[in-house]
Amino acid sequence: MRATKIFWLHFRIAAMNEMQYRVNFFLSLFQSLLSLGVGLVVLGLVFGQVHELNGWSKPQLLAVFGVFTLLGGVIRMMLKPNVAQFMEDVENGTLDYILTKPVDAQLMVSTRKFEFWQGVDIVVGSVVLAVAVTQLGGASPLALATLVLGLVLAVIMVNSFLCMLATLAFWFIRIRQLIDMFEGIYQAGRWPISVYPGWLKIGLSLVVPVGIAVTVPASAVTGRLNGWILAAAALFTLVLAGLSRMFWKVGLRSYSGASA
Amino acid sequence: MTEKISRFAGMRALYLKNMQVALQREMQYRFTNFVGLLGFMFEPVIYLAVWTSIAKARGGTVNGYSAGALAAYYIVWTLVRSFNLVSTPYGFERRIQNGQISAQLLRPAHPIHYDLSYFAGWKLVSFLFWIPMAFVLTAAFKPSLSPTPLEIGIFVLAIWGGYLIRSIFQWALGLFCFWTTRVAAVFELYMVLEVLLSGRLVPLSFLPPWAQHVADFLPFQWCYAYPIETLIGRLNMTELFVGLAMQVMWIAVGSGLVALVWKRAARRHTAVGN
Repeated sequence: MRATKIFWLHFRIAAMNEMQYRVNFFLSLFQSLLSLGVGLVVLGLVFGQVHELNGWSKPQLLAVFGVFTLLGGVIRMMLKPNVAQFMEDVENGTLDYILTKPVDAQLMVSTRKFEFWQGVDIVVGSVVLAVAVTQLGGASPLALATLVLGLVLAVIMVNSFLCMLATLAFWFIRIRQLIDMFEGIYQAGRWPISVYPGWLKIGLSLVVPVGIAVTVPASAVTGRLNGWILAAAALFTLVLAGLSRMFWKVGLRSYSGASA
Repeated sequence: MTEKISRFAGMRALYLKNMQVALQREMQYRFTNFVGLLGFMFEPVIYLAVWTSIAKARGGTVNGYSAGALAAYYIVWTLVRSFNLVSTPYGFERRIQNGQISAQLLRPAHPIHYDLSYFAGWKLVSFLFWIPMAFVLTAAFKPSLSPTPLEIGIFVLAIWGGYLIRSIFQWALGLFCFWTTRVAAVFELYMVLEVLLSGRLVPLSFLPPWAQHVADFLPFQWCYAYPIETLIGRLNMTELFVGLAMQVMWIAVGSGLVALVWKRAARRHTAVGN
């Protein structure tokens, strides 16, 4: 209850803040449309050569691209800004102000920033996803429900992973490069995980869960998902979230604060 | 005459010294450099995985590229990419916003020389870290690559040519920061054109003919496609040498552009604070 209150409060503050910079919306929209353009060109090039890629048809890959764009929007709007702010706080020692507050610190550091306009990709991704689903001949309510569930799992998965990455800052302080690297790896989510060679498949599911995060929701609307896969994905998400929590607690012990 | 010689000697000293400084400074940030470079490796690996799948689906080749040839293309890509990483317009934006540019304006040589020499020195560090990554990529994707000594020689020139073209054009773009403090929109558009029309996303021969025709009027392919193709044996003798000439031509065009815009830009600059 308290958690949702804090979340909502942060959300409102961020919204008020971002409304001051409305031109950023157009910049964000422009960038979003550019990357949509590139994505469609690539799909066009691929399907100029073949009718399906490892069993995925064009509208099915469009669904993958939609999920990739949507999830990318969530990452840029909510997850990355928080991670960046957190790293800055560890570097400057200003994390003290968070730790002394009477609320859970991990909740605090992962909900306090929203870069609203970056969320344009969520809208663009949803539109792409809707177009893909229409091209596929629609989806049952059950498929849509699993899509939403898959997306929620994906956000938790990526957030847990990013949290663990950020926690490294307690030991190494400067880890901005790792976050930048994540951005590079995330691009792998443009394609279903099955196109990658074996070692990379493992890497994109267990080490950096980008592959699973994008492929599971996309599978929901392309008729590839069954109860078992969904349950496995849910269990994996739970484990990842638990690990990130444990890792955070251990890391916190290494934080020495501003005055130390 | 003597003045000309001493100017050349001065410039050479500037380049050597600044390259040395870059080398020493960047060697301190080994982890940062290594991880940074590693981040760039995912882009070609993704392209490679997709196009290898397509080649397999088509019975072995796509547009005349076998899986091994594709691997060669994208692995050489990584070396070319690490050489054409340059100072971006965002760096320029920062310099203008925080006033560093004022100090640069006071120096005797044109500021572009400091960037060109610094990033050139940095390349040596990048190259060092690229070597182990190339080993891993080679083991994972088994490229078919057998360049002749001449091709290797031209490749060495061509990656530096590509570096210069990309540096100079991005520098020219950065100069627009003097007119607007938000260069992002223009730069993003420029980058999209580069990704599509340079051979960075796919070899140029994968594009429809009209797009290849458009690419012929732009500098991009001389920073990616040309250096890559010199080493993977796609070019005949004439194409190898004509490519170098084209690079020289684009360097001249870019330098002209920088000279032209720089004069106007520097006049517009008004420093604040400090």
